[in-house]
Amino acid sequence: MIKRVTFRNRWLPYLLLLPQLAVTVVFFLWPAAQALYQSMLVEDAFGLSTEFVWFENFEELFADPLYLEAFLNTVVFSFSVAFVSMSAALLLAVMADRTIKGTTAYKTLLIWPYAVAPAVAGVLWFFMFNPVVGILAYVLRGVGYDWNHYLDGGDAMTLVVIAASWKQISYNFLFFLAGLQAIPRSLIEAAAIDGASPFKRFWTIIFPLLSPTTFFLLVVNVVYAFFDTFGIIHATTEGGPAGATQILVYKVFSDGFIGLDLGGSAAQSVVLMAIVIGLTVVQFRYIERKVEY
Amino acid sequence: MAELHLNGVQKIYPNGFHAIHGIDLDVTDGEFIVLVGPSGCGKSTLLRMVAGLETISDGAVDIGGRVVNQLEPADRDIAMVFQNYALYPHMKVYDNMAYGLRNRGMAKDEIDRRVREAAGILELEPLLDRRPNQLSGGQRQRVAMGRAIVREPSVFLFDEPLSNLDAKLRVQMRVEIKRLQRRLGITSLYVTHDQVEAMTMADRLVVMNGGRAEQIGTPIELYDNPATTFVATFIGSPSMNLLEGTVAEGGVSVALDSGASIDLPDPRPELAGRPVTLGVRPEHLTPTADGSGMTLRLDLVEQLGADTLLHGHLDGDERRLVTVRLNGHFAPGQESVRVAATSAVHLFDRESGGRI
Repeated sequence: MIKRVTFRNRWLPYLLLLPQLAVTVVFFLWPAAQALYQSMLVEDAFGLSTEFVWFENFEELFADPLYLEAFLNTVVFSFSVAFVSMSAALLLAVMADRTIKGTTAYKTLLIWPYAVAPAVAGVLWFFMFNPVVGILAYVLRGVGYDWNHYLDGGDAMTLVVIAASWKQISYNFLFFLAGLQAIPRSLIEAAAIDGASPFKRFWTIIFPLLSPTTFFLLVVNVVYAFFDTFGIIHATTEGGPAGATQILVYKVFSDGFIGLDLGGSAAQSVVLMAIVIGLTVVQFRYIERKVEY
Repeated sequence: MAELHLNGVQKIYPNGFHAIHGIDLDVTDGEFIVLVGPSGCGKSTLLRMVAGLETISDGAVDIGGRVVNQLEPADRDIAMVFQNYALYPHMKVYDNMAYGLRNRGMAKDEIDRRVREAAGILELEPLLDRRPNQLSGGQRQRVAMGRAIVREPSVFLFDEPLSNLDAKLRVQMRVEIKRLQRRLGITSLYVTHDQVEAMTMADRLVVMNGGRAEQIGTPIELYDNPATTFVATFIGSPSMNLLEGTVAEGGVSVALDSGASIDLPDPRPELAGRPVTLGVRPEHLTPTADGSGMTLRLDLVEQLGADTLLHGHLDGDERRLVTVRLNGHFAPGQESVRVAATSAVHLFDRESGGRI
């Protein structure tokens, strides 16, 4: 039973809700409405003439091969980031779960990257992979690979995936470690007595029991890669070379603020908003109910 | 089916804690051995060492003529039932039971035959398609048993398997496990802290205390001839009364510190003048009709129906609580009662607690 609070003054509950509602209205509803309105306008770069065109911006958008390419880039980027950061985090969590000494030190060190700002994380990897001064580019050249993310779209995508994943590993690590520690020891022992090798124990017992955590993290990571990686891309590749790392969020920025196509940019924002709403629905529908803590 | 031998088995943890101080135990084929003791006595540790879940610091564990110290749990030919059942929650009952067999690469129809046979024995057939969270505690317990049975191991290991069940179910499962073990004739090692469970199930008991085996023997041996005051008080419910006293001239009686005197059934002249701890079970103290014996001032009377328990203090001894067990009823309202010890009294050394 949810406990119901009864207020004597009938305006008090509204007053108490007001700050939260005000924040939502000012910082979400109003800009969202603005974006929706803007997405139906065509403006010149100086804002001198404005024309209401209904859904013309959207029609142009979906006919634009560059936009579809950015869409594809985003999907590749998001799932790569989710896969890389989750598998690395799972590996680290499994290893941290086994250690007996110095567990706190490991955990602390592994959590640190989360405190690094996205742009800083991007720059960090940018310099390490810099074809001229970067240590990793140097190493790669040593083993015969000519790394250059200024020219090669694949290299550039790899760079942003690594930078974005690295930052997210900490978060995933924490959840995986908590998930692992929630699995009773006796289950693993029973599996050992049942003749399962450590590898088999992991895939037949531990991994299935972690699946609620994994599903939750998959959604969180995809959302992260979709929307929170602007800083990383802006600080490293700026969407290049030739749009190879242009993801949807970055295209909103470059079309709107650099290309000054405000209507088109607003239309892209609206599409992104729809995607966010969709992902949120997935999260609430399937995860909040499924994941039990 | 096999013999199990423990030779001087010791466990010393890396932090220096000496958990098991050298245990010797020879278990014959098909025997049901119960390890019993209070929490922290090392009984579970010993079981886990046999299972291969804890390393063996010293000594040897021998299963079916094979020293298994260095073998993985899977290679020791044992099956274990855990206290929390340790069923795989994402697998159906059938798969829980088949998991260990599949891991060993057994043929599919043989797995199916064994699982169905075990399910038949344990009356689990209607539940094979369920998941563990759709089962009751007793059913989960049965599945855990089934998982052990299908393996047809040399040795069954039970780690307090009944302690998560309610009292009624515990008594029922106790009987079932014992019956099943008899039927299958598999050598078993069973850990419990419940002395009633230990007494009723064991062919032989190992009473453990502080990492040592205090006494090994059949339940009746332990009940009739406890080797130490620890065993004396641990086995039997309510536990044995211990009274301090000194053996009188000629060894015919013990003069208690409280002032009363208890006659010894067999005179022990060699003990004359020695301070001893005298043990007498509550069921071996009886009220006297003629006013002889000691005065027991009653604190509490517990009416159990078939029996009555009288708790009180002997005159002159405020420290020791003494319990008397009577058959039948007891007239309420009495403040004290005269009691005398019947034949069965035990003498222990006051310092070491060992039987003399």
